[in-house]
Amino acid sequence: MAEFSVIGERLPRVDAREKVTGEAKYAADYSLPNMLWCKLLRSPYPHARILSIDTSKAERLPGVKAVVTAKDFGGWTWGWMPATRDEPPLAVDKVHYMAEAVAGVAAIDEDTAEEACQLIRVDYEELPGVFEPEEAMKESTPRVHDYAKNNISVEYHWNFGDVEKAFAESYIVREDRFRTSRATHGYLEPPAILAYYDPTGYITVWASKQSPYFHYRHLAACFKLPLSKIRVIQPFIGGGFGGTKNDSLAGDFCAVLLSKITGKPVKYVESMEEELVTSRRRHSMIVYSKMGAKKDGTLTAIHHQVVADGGGYTAVGPLSLYLAGFATTLPYRLPNFKYDAYRVFTNNPIGAAMRGHGITHTRFAAEIQMGMIAEELGIDPVEVRMRNAIDNPKPGTIYETINKVTLKTCGLKEAIQKVTEDPIWRDRNKTPRKEGDISWGVGLSGTSYLGGARQMGHQACAAIVRVCEDGTVNLITGATDCGQGSDTVLCMIAAEELGIKLEDVNIKRVDTAYTPVDPGSYGSRVTILAGQATQKAAREAKRQLLEAAAKTWQVKSEDVEIREKKVFITSDPERSMPFDKLARIACYSGTGAVILGTGYSGYGLEPLDLTNGIGNGGTSYSFTAQSARVGVDMETGKITVTDFTIASDCGRLLSPIQAEGQIEGASVQGMGQTIYEDFIMDRGKTLNPTLLDYKMPHSTDIPNIKLIDIVTNDPDGPFGAKETSEGSIVSTPPAVVSAIHDATGIWFKELPITPEKVIKALKEKL
Amino acid sequence: MKQIRLMVNGESHELSVPPWRTLLEVIREVLGLTGTKEGCSLGECGACTVIMDGKAVNSCLVLAAEADGKQIVTIEGLADGNKLHPIQQAFVEHGGLQCGFCTPGMIMSAKALLDETPTPTEEEIRRGIAGNLCRCTGYTKIIESIKAAVGNTEEK
Ligand code: FES
Ligand code: FES
Repeated sequence: MAEFSVIGERLPRVDAREKVTGEAKYAADYSLPNMLWCKLLRSPYPHARILSIDTSKAERLPGVKAVVTAKDFGGWTWGWMPATRDEPPLAVDKVHYMAEAVAGVAAIDEDTAEEACQLIRVDYEELPGVFEPEEAMKESTPRVHDYAKNNISVEYHWNFGDVEKAFAESYIVREDRFRTSRATHGYLEPPAILAYYDPTGYITVWASKQSPYFHYRHLAACFKLPLSKIRVIQPFIGGGFGGTKNDSLAGDFCAVLLSKITGKPVKYVESMEEELVTSRRRHSMIVYSKMGAKKDGTLTAIHHQVVADGGGYTAVGPLSLYLAGFATTLPYRLPNFKYDAYRVFTNNPIGAAMRGHGITHTRFAAEIQMGMIAEELGIDPVEVRMRNAIDNPKPGTIYETINKVTLKTCGLKEAIQKVTEDPIWRDRNKTPRKEGDISWGVGLSGTSYLGGARQMGHQACAAIVRVCEDGTVNLITGATDCGQGSDTVLCMIAAEELGIKLEDVNIKRVDTAYTPVDPGSYGSRVTILAGQATQKAAREAKRQLLEAAAKTWQVKSEDVEIREKKVFITSDPERSMPFDKLARIACYSGTGAVILGTGYSGYGLEPLDLTNGIGNGGTSYSFTAQSARVGVDMETGKITVTDFTIASDCGRLLSPIQAEGQIEGASVQGMGQTIYEDFIMDRGKTLNPTLLDYKMPHSTDIPNIKLIDIVTNDPDGPFGAKETSEGSIVSTPPAVVSAIHDATGIWFKELPITPEKVIKALKEKL
Repeated sequence: MKQIRLMVNGESHELSVPPWRTLLEVIREVLGLTGTKEGCSLGECGACTVIMDGKAVNSCLVLAAEADGKQIVTIEGLADGNKLHPIQQAFVEHGGLQCGFCTPGMIMSAKALLDETPTPTEEEIRRGIAGNLCRCTGYTKIIESIKAAVGNTEEK
């Protein structure tokens, strides 16, 4: 008999039908009678003092119902940690980045709201701005926030082992400067909200939030209401990938306040241009990497000095820098590690979280630098990785890094082996290296990413499994599926535990009035933590069902089992009944009963140690090895990526179609940030604020992607699962950059590698 | 105000619209067919794709007045009652969607492609959806879904 009947099956998504028919409703698809539209007025300067705001003309425009500015929020500010609450809903006396919102209007339609925004008169005094993070750290540079000396928003100094001694004793030491691009999430659904502050004092919102409980807390704090008066109802979410949709936006706060003032529902839908110029994007990070190795390529030490462009506010920056540091001791053995990191305020848009958060920057730097060292030492790229890779700990044992990150499973060596046996790598020297102007190259990478991210405050996910009398099950969690497929995975977990089919489980989307509190969908935490909660809740519901069966058959509960919707006595499988019959018996027992299982996750209880960087950032860690094949046009500099082979140790794939889709999607997103995507900035102004000019991969750009599954069955995840997808957005840039090196002989250290950069580098090489 | 007549998913609508209204705004806000999505409003993402007189168009770039007298099919017009269109079915089975925001437009582009080229090559599929961005899937499973739909449509 197969080990599982639902887990591991190629089942379609539970929400697929609603999505292919257009029935699935996203935030912008909701409307209410008498609804007003909100628009924002945004700053034309990246750094300026607000001298005065005159809204009178706008207020007199027919159709305008209310106008709000910062003073209407009474000085309230918010942020990721109590110490970093530096951000107001609307700019107060100063704007810190271009297009920061300064006023909000509610009007009878979008056109009128837009027109009213143009009638608001703001007097600014333009201030000198600062746009380059290293420049910003100089004593003489103007401050973005008066309190932040040298514009430092966050800094960490961690030290493990003795890097200086290790460098002195190393056979080779390299120092290089790397820089990552200004990339953004690029979801197609611009943020939107429909808000209603009703006359009884309750706030109800339908908002595109991948972590709705952040928003729930922000609204309660901003409007000084108890949490019980905030209701966030989750629509379908058109992609998240961290950052913007984890946070609350000016448009959200304004829509709610304007609803409070007017007594009417207010809808706000951001335009794609507003989204692209203000999105809380990935930080661009400068990484000074110093790496030492022995003659055989064994790593001895890494010292990373990081300067991250934080933009105008702190947001989730403390976590971004933590992540960019703590995981540098993965996926290779590293005995000495030093980390000096600065997140710096500039007058650029805010740097925040994005898929592959933090780790992508430093892993890119370290992985490329290891390739450079191997090349100098004449060591094969596979060999250097195999010599340094962390071994898979024997069952029951733990591998601990120098900064006390602990692993129970690590499939990296197996992944490297599988990827390099695959024809793309194996036959790389058999295919032509040069065809006309095209030079071909193949690259390799090995990386790791955390799953089940820890955080500072409320950490647990919870689930409720309610068995209905018709034999179906309602699954209620606070987790959000923003496209990644978690609703399907959670339903599969519940079905597997209960011995029923996927179609028997209905999952309800978040409604903070009914669903249990959940931290949110970030840091690859949903499958692991909400998954564990679901597993526990389903087991508890099953226990109640088995008791009812045992009572009916006059046997012990332990002797009853449920499989494939059949309930039977294990020693006498002929004595059986269908699942729905048992559900009915259980629900009608005595005068009637409620069959309800609840559970919450228990992983990751120790809080993050941001100050010292000691301990785990996640519950478990995925490992990825990837090869990439590229063709570089030596005349035009154009890079074409033709193949990816990706071997991922995701513990165990619970829902293969969903996991594959995640890995494919993340690797293509990673390809975008490696060779195309970058906001072109000129003194705080985004010069490419459209999807035409901020180029993301199209269907004609993508490589053939081959996936290889490495099963390690981690003890700290439901059915052995770890994270998936953030691993492959981290593994793609170094794989592609190594392939470009193989094709051109050039190590590129700044992303993205555009045709112009290729041409320039080729010229310099001559 | 302009008087126009639209045939949407086989139903006729007499409407009076300001001359600057786009077809997308009319479909979503006047007719309440919110399956068609608004991404960029500039013709760059394909989320708003509908079929107008047999051709896939970005409805954010078409003025409602220009659509006067035309036959429009939106995502809501594809399924036959409860029975999904073979392209929709293929997207469901082969994981051709994740967040689903690009999906209605993607499926409409795929339909226009298969109506015109019933057995496209992979290259033709990639080109057929080149105007539709998808940030979630990396396109691999969308292309597989359209290939599978070719099979499904042929069987019928
Ligand atoms: S909304 Fe029409 S192409 Fe983007
Ligand atoms: S499925 Fe999310 S954009 Fe395509």
